[in-house]
Amino acid sequence: MNPFAYTRAEGVSNAVRERASEHTAKFIAGGTNIIDLMKENVERPSRLIDITHLPLATVDEMENGGIRLGALMTNADTAYHPKIAERYPLLSKAILAGASPQLRNMATDGGNLMQRTRCYYFYDVATPCNKREPGSGCSAIEGYNRIHAILGTRDTNQDIHCIATHPSDMCVALAALEAVVNVTGPYGERSIPFAEFHRLPGNTPHIDNTLQDDELITAIDLPARGFPDHYAYIKLRDRTSYAFALVSVAAALELENGRIAEARITLGGVAHKPWRRLDVEAILIDKVPSKGVFQQAADAMLEGAQGFGHNTFKIELAKRAIVRALTEATNLNSL
Amino acid sequence: MTQYVGKPLSRVDGYDKVTGKAKYAAEFDVPDLLYGYVVNSAITKGKIKRIDTQAALNLPGVVKVFTHENRPKIAWFDMKYKDQDAPPGSPFRPLRDANIVYNAQPIALVVADTFEMARYAASLVEIEYEEDKHETAVETNRHKARKPSVGLTTLFKPGPPKPRGNFEESFSASPVQMTGEYMHSMEHHNPMEMFASTVVYEKGRHKSGGRYTIYDKTQGVTNSILYVSQVFDIPFKDIRVISPYVGGAFGSGLRPQYQLFMAVMAARELKRSVRVTLTRQQMFSLGYRPANVQTVALGASADGKMTALYHGVVSETSQYEDYTEVIANWGAMLYPVENYKLDHKLVHLDVATPMDMRAPGGVTGVSVLECAVDELAFNAGIDPVEFRLMNYTERDQIADLPYSSKELRECFRQGAERFGWVKRKPEPRSMRRGGTLIGWGMATGIWDAFHMPARAEAVLMVNGKLRVSSATADIGTGTYTIMTQIAADTLGMPIEDVLFKLGDSDMPAAPIEGGSWTAATVGTAVKTVCDDLAKKLFKIARKMPNSPFAKATFTDVVFADKAIQLKNDTSVSVSLQAVVDANGGAAVRETSSALPNLFKQRKYARATHSAAFAEVEVDEDFGTVRVTRLVSAIAAGKILNPKTARSQIIGGMVWGISKALEEESVMDHQFGRIMNHNLAEYHVAVNADIQDLDVIFVEENDDIVNPLGVKGVGEIGLVAVPAAIANAVFHATGKRIRTLPITLDKLL
Ligand SMILES: Cc1cc2nc3c(=O)[nH]c(=O)nc-3n(C[C@H](O)[C@H](O)[C@H](O)COP(=O)(O)OP(=O)(O)OC[C@H]3O[C@@H](n4cnc5c(N)ncnc54)[C@H](O)[C@@H]3O)c2cc1C
Ligand code: SF4
Repeated sequence: MNPFAYTRAEGVSNAVRERASEHTAKFIAGGTNIIDLMKENVERPSRLIDITHLPLATVDEMENGGIRLGALMTNADTAYHPKIAERYPLLSKAILAGASPQLRNMATDGGNLMQRTRCYYFYDVATPCNKREPGSGCSAIEGYNRIHAILGTRDTNQDIHCIATHPSDMCVALAALEAVVNVTGPYGERSIPFAEFHRLPGNTPHIDNTLQDDELITAIDLPARGFPDHYAYIKLRDRTSYAFALVSVAAALELENGRIAEARITLGGVAHKPWRRLDVEAILIDKVPSKGVFQQAADAMLEGAQGFGHNTFKIELAKRAIVRALTEATNLNSL
Repeated sequence: MTQYVGKPLSRVDGYDKVTGKAKYAAEFDVPDLLYGYVVNSAITKGKIKRIDTQAALNLPGVVKVFTHENRPKIAWFDMKYKDQDAPPGSPFRPLRDANIVYNAQPIALVVADTFEMARYAASLVEIEYEEDKHETAVETNRHKARKPSVGLTTLFKPGPPKPRGNFEESFSASPVQMTGEYMHSMEHHNPMEMFASTVVYEKGRHKSGGRYTIYDKTQGVTNSILYVSQVFDIPFKDIRVISPYVGGAFGSGLRPQYQLFMAVMAARELKRSVRVTLTRQQMFSLGYRPANVQTVALGASADGKMTALYHGVVSETSQYEDYTEVIANWGAMLYPVENYKLDHKLVHLDVATPMDMRAPGGVTGVSVLECAVDELAFNAGIDPVEFRLMNYTERDQIADLPYSSKELRECFRQGAERFGWVKRKPEPRSMRRGGTLIGWGMATGIWDAFHMPARAEAVLMVNGKLRVSSATADIGTGTYTIMTQIAADTLGMPIEDVLFKLGDSDMPAAPIEGGSWTAATVGTAVKTVCDDLAKKLFKIARKMPNSPFAKATFTDVVFADKAIQLKNDTSVSVSLQAVVDANGGAAVRETSSALPNLFKQRKYARATHSAAFAEVEVDEDFGTVRVTRLVSAIAAGKILNPKTARSQIIGGMVWGISKALEEESVMDHQFGRIMNHNLAEYHVAVNADIQDLDVIFVEENDDIVNPLGVKGVGEIGLVAVPAAIANAVFHATGKRIRTLPITLDKLL
């Protein structure tokens, strides 16, 4: 860990200004990820701008019927908030599937979006890693890649530079819910649809997302539709708690007269971002829930998947998890 | 009188631990302390071509960077680096030269006036390597395996015996057979407390040398003091090693770790007090349970009598030491097989030397053996418990001696009853709960019942209280508590009036705390010294003016209620306080040694036994396994304290779940480097993985092992559990998974 300066930000615009004036500075919220990375010399910020005193630990009803989550809401407070638990149980369930109670008490929603991959090599400065040190190579492709990506790994030339995954559970639910990320930068505010927030590695794997360095996440908007009746979050991991997803699935459906009227499926643990395919969701529309159509969607969802040895099992596992999640969401077994 | 022994007393050190009063090696306050941070090698094999410390030295507060180029002159001979648990070979010597022999080997120590500065400076040390090709995988190098050399530690870890009968012939003639090849990954101990040494430096009596008080994380202060004295040529009288509390060790503290070397070197050179602590990542640069490949072949007659046993082991070690543990022998100790052939070879890799890790070798070998026996029983169409009863023996086939006691049969009976084993349907995949498969499996466990020589001191203090001490350790096991119980009972004192102290090299010597021998070894020493003190006290009491014991002999009295009483008439008594007064108001002290009674012991084999019964739930779509129930029945002689003993067994069972399903240090052989070197990615069971754990202590009387009848419970709780779980997974799914841990991908 390097020596660094520390400032406590007063007000969003100050925080942004300060960040913009020192390009090697970083925000710190719960600190559950950035501090670890600093200890390993992966992140070496010259300054930490503490944003925990900004008035962003809020939950507000929006005019469009949705809910605005302030970026500094902790993961725990979000998951247990009565409005979230009732109207967006998928989000609660996904958050509670992550980390441990202690971590969720510290971790913020903004920080959760920004957490970095858990790739072993990314964390170990003794090994080459394109994400940490562009151009140094990717150790995982030929190495121990059990937790790595099976989808979206190739760039436009079909080359592979990084097979890291985004490790979040919360983000898998947010992608399925079509949340919107509100950010403030030195030139004002903008809103980023969730699908455009995280990105695929392409040939620039050191860039995780489309947030600019000097932008601050202020809030996450949840659209009115929360799928409280038909949802499932399934997380498969190496132990029952306190482990990142090998594969996770968020499924959210609306049923009308026994047919699927609206469908969202998002996969976690399989790609550099939560993995969603609108064309696959379309397969389900107007269908009567059945194992057959779920299997069809699962197969389509994993189209083009490629394993790297240790993680090849994820392809089949993801399919089974999708079928199970859709089955649970539609109560198919009890129909 | 046993008022305390056998009772479920809470830990006497519990209060200090939960209130933070208990101090660990890195927590002792020392004025003017310097902090050392270790730099570890990024490569696995080769040489340091250049090491540039200038940038580090330029930082404010950095005092010195020690490397192989500027390290002080220290002992030259390998012998001097041999600790009490050193395997045959040439021990690793930090900063010896430019050679790199394993990944993450310590190669420099940065010393600064704060920990943070030392750590930052360490990241600025520039190293240029010349890399050689390394080999780190057991599997691809197994053809190079060879016989281990023999040394002192071989005494406790005998190699495989000569074959008996004719395995090949009897195996091929066996109507019922099984063969299998099994693989286990490397595992690291990962105690909660990281290794640390705080070395307090004071000006010595002579001009030349200083005096060193060392707070060390260790399983034996005697081991640390020996090592420091020999390596740095410091006389014993100028060193004191203190280790009152150890935050878990599981065997990792059985050898001095490199932070001790580094801290003493820096303190001696800089004539300052120095602390060196390791990080969690650095904990993966220490010893570990070795990866191994095992082959087993078993044969039985049609009616289920085991006739042939082959157990072959290839396990890893470093290039510089031949670390062995007993892996292959257990089958011949557990089953009356006429024809056996056992083999243990080592492959030398570019890795650190492995170390004893809880039930070293025992859990490694038994996890395989007991899966194989399950398979053989299945092939014979016989219930696994029934099969083990049919192949029961009262003798250890290798030593060719009867067991001093062996209540394993009772373990099977009580364990099976508690578990409800009779309701098991023998066919795999035949039991279900909702959508999940249920599997019931069981296995046998065995571990040695060692007894070593030890010394202890007992003092009846001026205030009438008793203080007993021995230089042993309490690694969280409950040593403080059980020793206090034994002392209190022997001298008939209330437990509040008895103080047991340990972990100080100024105390009478005890062996390193390992092998589950401490309860027996130090317990016997404590009993002996308290008995001896009792005799001394009686002598004084008898000489008192108008002593009521003037005509009595020692056998006529008992010690009870803080007094010496006549057995026949307990109203005739002399209080212990009066004895102290009669001693001129001075404390009465006694120091004694307790040796194992070899004469008694040599006619018997001595071991603890267990039977574990496991229920698993398997989600077949996902391959996820949950252990829903676990029953362990333990035969371990006398249980001194059912509460602390149960904690030991439960801890072992949790380890068993981890080993079966989760735990492995994953090495990337491209780099020869362990990649999951943190507790987020190195998985052990968490609370949510643990459901119903049930422990039964089976009564077992044994007056041969030692006068207390104690066998030790530190390891036996673990030994049977992984195999019981793997067998339950087979029963649930019909799949034999021979590679641990059984992660979900293996069941898909
Ligand atoms: C052992 C362990 C296990 C875990 N397991 C899981 C798991 O199973 N599932 C899961 O989803 N997560 C898991 N986590 C990750 C955890 O959820 C994240 O670390 C946490 O959400 C990060 O939030 P934070 O507030 O602590 O972020 P910080 O560590 O404070 O910051 C992380 C990054 O986000 C940036 N940042 C923070 N807030 C903002 C903002 N408002 N605007 C712009 N940038 C910002 C910081 O600059 C920094 O780069 C685990 C973490 C650990 C340590
Ligand atoms: S997968 Fe990505 S993060 Fe991991 S080593 Fe390769 S480049 Fe680095």
